[in-house]
Amino acid sequence: MRVFILIFALVFAAPLSASAQDVVAGSDAQELRARDVGRKLRCVVCQNQSIEESDAQLARDMRVVVRERMADGQSDAEIIDYMRERYGDYVLLKPPVQTNTYALWFLPLVLVLGMLFWLVRFNRRRVAVETRQLSDAERVQLNKMLEDDST
Amino acid sequence: MKLKALVPLFVFAGLVIAFGFGLTRDPSLLPSEMIDRPFPAFELKDLYTEDMVTEEVFKNEVSLVNVFGSWCVSCEIEHPKLMELGRNETVRLIGVDWRDTEEKGKRWLARNGNPYDQVIFDGESRLAIDLGVTGAPESFLVDPSGNIRYKHVGIITDEVWSDILEPIVNNLRIENTQATLQP
Repeated sequence: MRVFILIFALVFAAPLSASAQDVVAGSDAQELRARDVGRKLRCVVCQNQSIEESDAQLARDMRVVVRERMADGQSDAEIIDYMRERYGDYVLLKPPVQTNTYALWFLPLVLVLGMLFWLVRFNRRRVAVETRQLSDAERVQLNKMLEDDST
Repeated sequence: MKLKALVPLFVFAGLVIAFGFGLTRDPSLLPSEMIDRPFPAFELKDLYTEDMVTEEVFKNEVSLVNVFGSWCVSCEIEHPKLMELGRNETVRLIGVDWRDTEEKGKRWLARNGNPYDQVIFDGESRLAIDLGVTGAPESFLVDPSGNIRYKHVGIITDEVWSDILEPIVNNLRIENTQATLQP
């Protein structure tokens, strides 16, 4: 059991911030802020990671730039804009909600609602069919068929 | 009634086609944000001398800025083409030695040849990040006013030069001549 807990803990320990090893900002508060901003920026080389997690050289250089700008007094928004101006919207790990990303953000919701709507329509029609009553002629025919079966 | 039941299938097929098309696009090729914008201001050391180079180096002539590094294998493949352009003095070549040490950069150029009119040393990616560079080799075409007009990601092959870059260089030259002839 203890081994299991140890392995479990190690698995979660794996994705340590790469920046813990080298680049550190002036004050603790600034470092926390810098890591926060860094976690929002995509490493453009290893594109599934943020610049905080990535081991790529360019990611390290970008971390340095973030910390330097922060020391210069720039705000989080200004630093993110700086990266965005040079690398485009793709450098943001969370796509911004704007005209060309409405489909990205809202399509899943639209699809789910569409499916629910479709299911409701489909069920309603089937219920209507089932409640159609037998006509008199059909009832006589049914009784006759049942009688024939039982003899 | 039957056709209506196929609507979800058609919607799904439509999505498959749309997403399938999206999968053919290469996410590592970021579109350049820098087109038609001024080359970012910088002040970096020349690789060989103690002089500082700034964006003033782009004035008066069309330039091809080539980002390379001694660690970059593709740059070695591309280099003969740049040597050819340098020999024929086709266009002003400005090299940016990126993420290197001066030692390694100079040694690499000594071994492979130096086609550049000037080599800028960018050891800490300052200029590279300012340009939105994600890897090497990457090349920019800069007009005589100092504006970035085109970015090419990857190796400059014979086809890339003759089909894409050369026409742009020629257009920029014509544009510049027209501008200087304006009364």
